[in-house]
Amino acid sequence: MTLEELMNAPAPASAWVLAQDCAQTGLDPQDVRHEMRRRIGEMRASIERGLASNAPSITGMVGWNAKGLWEAPDVLEAPLLKRVQAYAMAVNEENARMGRIVAAPTAGSAGTIPGALIGVADHLGLPDERLIDPMILAAGVGKAISRRMFISGAAGGCQAEIGSSAAMAAAAVTELLGGTPRAAVHAASLALMNTIGLVCDPVGGYVEVPCVSRNAFYAVHAVSAAQLALAGLESFIPPDEVLGAMASVGRMMPAALRETAEGGLAQTPTGLAVTARMEGREEGELPGGMVALPLA
Amino acid sequence: MSLLDMIGPVMIGPSSSHTAGACRLGLVAHHLLGEAPRRAVIGLHASFAKTGKGHGTHLALVAGLLGFAPDDPRLPRAVEEAEAAGLTAEFRHVDLGDVHPNTAQIDLWGETQHVTVQGSSTGGGVIQVTQVQGLGVNFSGAAPTVLLRYTDAVGMIARIASTIAADGVNIASLTCTRETRGGQALVAIELDALLSREALAFFNHWPDTNWVRLLPKLMDG
Repeated sequence: MTLEELMNAPAPASAWVLAQDCAQTGLDPQDVRHEMRRRIGEMRASIERGLASNAPSITGMVGWNAKGLWEAPDVLEAPLLKRVQAYAMAVNEENARMGRIVAAPTAGSAGTIPGALIGVADHLGLPDERLIDPMILAAGVGKAISRRMFISGAAGGCQAEIGSSAAMAAAAVTELLGGTPRAAVHAASLALMNTIGLVCDPVGGYVEVPCVSRNAFYAVHAVSAAQLALAGLESFIPPDEVLGAMASVGRMMPAALRETAEGGLAQTPTGLAVTARMEGREEGELPGGMVALPLA
Repeated sequence: MSLLDMIGPVMIGPSSSHTAGACRLGLVAHHLLGEAPRRAVIGLHASFAKTGKGHGTHLALVAGLLGFAPDDPRLPRAVEEAEAAGLTAEFRHVDLGDVHPNTAQIDLWGETQHVTVQGSSTGGGVIQVTQVQGLGVNFSGAAPTVLLRYTDAVGMIARIASTIAADGVNIASLTCTRETRGGQALVAIELDALLSREALAFFNHWPDTNWVRLLPKLMDG
């Protein structure tokens, strides 16, 4: 499945994706839809747990951001924005504290799709039944990406991980809001174009900083891409060529910028202090008044 | 890779490669041992060794050895669960050379059986098993997989393949390695469906066969 094929598929694109995938895997389409419905429920449960908890993560770097944002006043009077960001962070904070989540496509990027898709649906008051087909389209976009590109930060940088989840989310939101397959794929492409070169630099090597806030940002990014595509804006570079560019950039990226904690934010003085502590080389307080718990 | 692998797995955090994939590597060893595990020695390579602890990689591996799936709520308590189940696990840092940074080498013992599994977690909960019983293999757990170790002899692969065909099952992929001509050989065959108990018993009955295991599908799609 290529993005070009997906773009030219008959509407709705999700029906075409499901038929293609089931022909390949031998799974029953009804079983896949049923399982997708269950996974949407798992995503929603992780959002609810995440919004209710302020327990710190394993390292103590995150854990209270989603609840804090959710309960903070909406100073911008932009309830959709706040909802999408809080949902995305809720999932990733739940993940960082060993909670149950749905990897989409990875655990580090697990908040982007539920943040964008469930966030938009809740904002508009749409039931979860309406999310099954968009979620199938999101998975189809992920498959098309993984055919050409990588979906893990270790292989391709954060562009591969959060970029893929943002593209999947952008396509899903576009279909949810009545967009054509062409608009959905262009939304995915627009989201990808704006993540190229993004470094994967988790502090201490943990899926916490900058991952949690990055999911919040890229959930909004996905909604923006859907809005642009639904208004008729298209990716000037054809979507499959964007994937080619991402794959090429991913290969050019030094290993230090691909989830090794040897570059970017992980190598700041604070990042190095966290790394040293997590490797058990140093005891004591983290800089900047950061909360830290002893490791089990 | 299916749609359910892209939106999934449902898993306990924090990392699909360090946690869900590690759990599935443990599950491979669990199924290949074929009896209750008693003792495990686990070598962690590169990134698994370096950032495994905070990612719960050791918990996920032990959970897999106990037969727990990546979304099992008992996963964060795997150490206590192992203690209750009579399994002791020991971790070492190993340098396995030029392999994927998320690679584990598992030695697992039960009352009568011993199995060694080496495999990598390649992202999104996907795994690649690269060695079983010290011999090279290449399978992912995305399909039911039958493994047979035998003493190398003419026509073994043909006999294995025709038994699978007689069972009405299609072969998706096959890897075979052997130590030397006439030495120990291992074949790993990914299948479209599970084999019957009779087919497995038939394999076991052959004089050249040393060991047969059927690994169920570990992925969602």
